[in-house]
Amino acid sequence: MGVTFSVLLMEDSGVVMPVSADVLRVLSATDSEPVVLFCCGAVRFLDSLLASPQQPIEDVLTEDEIIRWSTIIKAEHQLVILFSTEQRGEHCLYVQRFNPNTLMKHRFETEPGFSAPINFSATCRGSNIHLLYLYLNGSVYESVLPFRSSSTGAEVVQALSRSLCLSLPLGEEKLMSGAAVVLDEAHVAVVGFPHPSAGACKDYLCIWNTHFQTLQACKEMAGRIYSQLWCYSGKLYVPHGKMLSVIPFDCQKSSLAAAMGKQKQTSQSAECSFVTSWTSQSCTDVTQTTEIKSRMSTRNNIKSALTVDQLIQHIKTSAVEDVQAEVGEFIRRTPQADLQLAAGRVALELVSRSQTDANFYPQCAFLLLLETRYLCYSVCPELLSLAMVKKDFHLCQIAFQIFSDIPEAVTCACLKTILSTPDLEMETVNLDTDSVIFMKELTRAQSRSDEEGGQLNGFCPPALESDVSDTPSNKLQRDPLALDTSCPVGLHKGALLNEVLQTAYSDRSLLPHLKDLTVPQVIVFLQYLRFLYFKYSHDAHKQIRALRTPSISQIIDWVCLLLDAHFTVLAVAPEAKRLVFDLHKFVRSQVKLYAELGKIEGSLQVLKNSKQSEDFGMYAIHVIELF
Amino acid sequence: MMSTDLRSAMGEFKVHRVRFFDYMPSGIRALAFNQDTERMAVARMDGSVEVFHCSDRFFQEKIIPGREQFGIEGLSWVGERLFSAGLNGGITEYDLTNQKVKYTIDAYGGPIWTIAGNQQGTHLAVGCEDGTVKLFEVNEDNIQFERNLDRQKSRIVSLSWHPSGSKIAAGMMDMIQVFNVETGHSMHRMLADRGVGTSRSKECVVWSVVYLSDGTIITGDSVGMVKLWDDQTGTLIKSHNVTKCDVLALSVSQNEDSLVAGTSEGIVVQFQFVSMVLGKDDKEWVRTRTFRNHTHDIRAVAEITTAVVSGGMDAQLVVRPLLDKIEERSAASALRKIHFPHRRLVACARKSGLMLFQYPGHLELWRLGESEGKGIPGSSLFVKRNPEKLLHLKVKGEDHIRCSAVSPCGEWIVYSTASTLRLYRLHCDNNNISITKISKLPKVLSSANQLCFSSDSSHLFSASAQSSVHLVSISQSGCKFVGTLKPKSGSHQAIHLLAASEDGKWVASANSDHEVHIYNLQTRKAHCTVPIYSSAVTAMGIHPATNCLFMMHADQQMFEYSIEQKQYTDWSRTVQRKGLHRLWVERDTPCLNVMFNPQNPSHVILHDMYMLCIIDQSLPLPDDKTQFYNQLTLKSLTEEQRKSHSHAFKVCKTFKDILCVELMPDQSLVVVERPLEDIATQLPAPIKQKKFAT
Repeated sequence: MGVTFSVLLMEDSGVVMPVSADVLRVLSATDSEPVVLFCCGAVRFLDSLLASPQQPIEDVLTEDEIIRWSTIIKAEHQLVILFSTEQRGEHCLYVQRFNPNTLMKHRFETEPGFSAPINFSATCRGSNIHLLYLYLNGSVYESVLPFRSSSTGAEVVQALSRSLCLSLPLGEEKLMSGAAVVLDEAHVAVVGFPHPSAGACKDYLCIWNTHFQTLQACKEMAGRIYSQLWCYSGKLYVPHGKMLSVIPFDCQKSSLAAAMGKQKQTSQSAECSFVTSWTSQSCTDVTQTTEIKSRMSTRNNIKSALTVDQLIQHIKTSAVEDVQAEVGEFIRRTPQADLQLAAGRVALELVSRSQTDANFYPQCAFLLLLETRYLCYSVCPELLSLAMVKKDFHLCQIAFQIFSDIPEAVTCACLKTILSTPDLEMETVNLDTDSVIFMKELTRAQSRSDEEGGQLNGFCPPALESDVSDTPSNKLQRDPLALDTSCPVGLHKGALLNEVLQTAYSDRSLLPHLKDLTVPQVIVFLQYLRFLYFKYSHDAHKQIRALRTPSISQIIDWVCLLLDAHFTVLAVAPEAKRLVFDLHKFVRSQVKLYAELGKIEGSLQVLKNSKQSEDFGMYAIHVIELF
Repeated sequence: MMSTDLRSAMGEFKVHRVRFFDYMPSGIRALAFNQDTERMAVARMDGSVEVFHCSDRFFQEKIIPGREQFGIEGLSWVGERLFSAGLNGGITEYDLTNQKVKYTIDAYGGPIWTIAGNQQGTHLAVGCEDGTVKLFEVNEDNIQFERNLDRQKSRIVSLSWHPSGSKIAAGMMDMIQVFNVETGHSMHRMLADRGVGTSRSKECVVWSVVYLSDGTIITGDSVGMVKLWDDQTGTLIKSHNVTKCDVLALSVSQNEDSLVAGTSEGIVVQFQFVSMVLGKDDKEWVRTRTFRNHTHDIRAVAEITTAVVSGGMDAQLVVRPLLDKIEERSAASALRKIHFPHRRLVACARKSGLMLFQYPGHLELWRLGESEGKGIPGSSLFVKRNPEKLLHLKVKGEDHIRCSAVSPCGEWIVYSTASTLRLYRLHCDNNNISITKISKLPKVLSSANQLCFSSDSSHLFSASAQSSVHLVSISQSGCKFVGTLKPKSGSHQAIHLLAASEDGKWVASANSDHEVHIYNLQTRKAHCTVPIYSSAVTAMGIHPATNCLFMMHADQQMFEYSIEQKQYTDWSRTVQRKGLHRLWVERDTPCLNVMFNPQNPSHVILHDMYMLCIIDQSLPLPDDKTQFYNQLTLKSLTEEQRKSHSHAFKVCKTFKDILCVELMPDQSLVVVERPLEDIATQLPAPIKQKKFAT
């Protein structure tokens, strides 16, 4: 910027034409005439200026008013030029519209200590311009300006009405600059501000969701970021170090429903007001480091015996036992509202120390924090991976039960760990008793029904009889449903797998991660799913009272996903053949059963419908009354 | 008896519930939709042709009765002219104004299986049993044989013109031929595959063919396939297996983006021409929706602008709206099933308790039964005397009955076919019934579109050509022509409704151009014409006390017109100003009778297929916030509370599948029902489908 031209060069003739005022910028939008913005704030179409270069240019701005930023926006065949000015510490926004030519001036409200917006980003949505601007204190404000001016020439300069749409967290270092750019109505890309949990390093590109105040994705950029950022047709351009990174992005529609995924049957979500992380497709290399900060949490002040800041200081130095005791005390004493904000910070701090200090692992403190139900995955993403590293399956189980926002990648990583841990090791782990009882009952129900030597419902699908020929011969002619229905995994592993089955996920995101499982893991998991499916089809689970049990549809969904993800592997692997064959046979029999049930339903429906129409033969004399 | 009368004034009625009218609707054989006039022509198995007005709530505007041995196989519009062809080998044009056959000419090709007119309106093509496609030129007032296309070995089952009129696709046994109309030679021969297994020995019948403007030929065949062919190369593009049975009918939408196929299992399958990738142009025919509204074979389908219309052996005309083409939900966007004709098939001799049932080929006269004692509402009374069939009158000749009437005194019976009108006098002598045919009828009584007796049974009104009404006096001595009532001006469409006033002063006629003329019987001159309303008149009656004409229209609007003052009554204006209740307007069957209760002049009694309604003109009209069907609520209230909750529409839904309601002078109602289940049991067995416990 700063460079001014006071002559125009005609392309064809090579004639240099002086104009009568200093030109600041030539602005152009696609498919429209370029517009010349003069330093004095006046605006001319380039064509008209070329036609008469010496035309007088009026002074719009006062003498010491300097244009700091300008842009052009085009929509509905209408051009609007926005520019901001500075004059003795006061900042103003000018909005120049054409046809009719109107110029509106707005004053930016000042933020104490941070008078100037440091970065602007304007987009057009509907019939409004959305102007987003960033202050050095991390506040991102949005102002909405109508595309077509309603009032003409309002003389009084009004303060620009604005709404705070994001409060970026500040690190310890003093910030000098930063940039924010709007990606769509819910997403903002920011550079120059620190990552909320990455500490001092500020060279991060962060994508924030303004609807839910969550960090959607981030990417560490090598070298210094110059606080410049552009967004152009689905790509972000970030200069950093000696490079310019071009990052394609794709903002998915974010909604609570999508975030909560399939988990509809759980009731705990009401308490847990936070939202999951989304993995922006572009930044696939940074999927897990997401974080939520409500805008209030940056300026929280907790009044209790031990403030959250004090506690955090203690956590950094004290011994495990002391920390656990203090956290317990803190949770008891702190009012609920404050606890909601503090729990995340405490957990973060605990995790960060555990990661650095191998001997420090305050399991009880974590459990206590989880029990407050104020934690969710996004608040403290490292917690679950820490628990996995420490093989703390109990914590994992509780976390699975409480967190509704575990990313699919993490779910899969946990699944992998669970599947690869030997059963023997698993059985020693202390798990939630309810889930273990459920598993015990499930396996016992099977042996019991085996002892009885008969089926409960007496159903024997005809398909199976006809299929005998294509089963390998010399197989015992037993009830095929009872084939191989011993639980393929230990009780504890089963209980943990049940938790995984009940997590929320979206198919599209889960599928690629599911492919990471190894063949033996897939087969064991599929065997377990088959076991559950058989059990459920026998209605055994109905007799077991447990609080959290995977539903039949969850089981079937997982079977489908697993088959989808490992179709070729299962087709080739010889050890999978038997398993897939059994599963197919069973599913086929079920399909036949339901087809029969459909027929019964149809017939019963007919019976129900035909019961009316009292029969009086061909003729009767009735008495009716109308009121 | 006295007490009954007293109580009936308060809304209690004795009801003769009659279910012995064995009316059987005839199966639907062909449909033809006229886009320009929005009329749907329907041909039935009994040879009758009906015309429905698609944008007037599918009102059955015109009925041309069939005749014995007159099976129709195909229908086709040429402009506003309607043609049919059938297995008797003839092509018939209809006179839609007078609702009769205009002429029939023989095509000399044996039984005709299909008929199709080109879009230019110049030619008709018929497919014959002898393997020829015959082209007829459509002239001003007749059609003329032009030539044959190359003769084939097997019968021509289906035909379709290319929209340009230069090519014809013909569906045959085992193959499809494409003809160049100019040369008459076959351009392509495409072989339709037979079924697999045992059906391999059976011929594949190409039941239906559709020729699209882009050169795609679509066929439906007896193997259950819908196949798409390319007429350039004569090759199969794609085939869809729709059913295990036959695909009997195909129809494509006007803009050729949607196709419906009717099968013998009673399902309609929709295909749509959509792009496989959003925003790309390469479109394909994709099977999209399945409609199951029929129990039997679907013999004809037609896709109209916003709906799929289908008909078949189960005799119901089903209008299934395509919700993606409908902008707002309204009465027009509901599924509509038309079971019964929109004409009255039952006439009552009010003063003598007789009922006349009109079947296609005969009339039945019944005497109502009698009850004994009294009963509380909801109970049934002891039947002292059963109803009695007095007469079974067979029609002479092959034509089916177009209209019939019985005089109020029960002494006279009259019916008319397309060719003859017969008047009979009935003698009741204790239990001896005899009839005598009145010979020497005036010449004007050769045929009638509608018949009606005056209330004192002294005169017969016969609606005739050019919207005129002949007036004939009848007495023991004979039958004498009195005069002809002619409208001053207006259309010449046939009259479908007549209503005579109780005092013998007035008669009103309504024709299918929605005109209602009122004649003064003393001067025998046209008195006035009711302002023409946009919807057809479905029923009307003249109030015995006020001489106001009460009219019901197909769009469920009602008007009351004072004959003496030649203007709408205040009540009628109030109804129009306040509007009718939404639930009333959304009913989907027309009102077929308007009756008045002499003991309660403010009551008007109406009925449609599903309900019986008494309109009390002295009560406030319901607005959209009022509970419309409030009989159950009112029943639970006390006498005092009822007053504040009552509104003018008292709807009784006790009866269903109603063909006729009539109020007798003793304040009893006759309700003739024809339960649809009874009809279903008399239909031929549908294609066997496996069902539980069968």
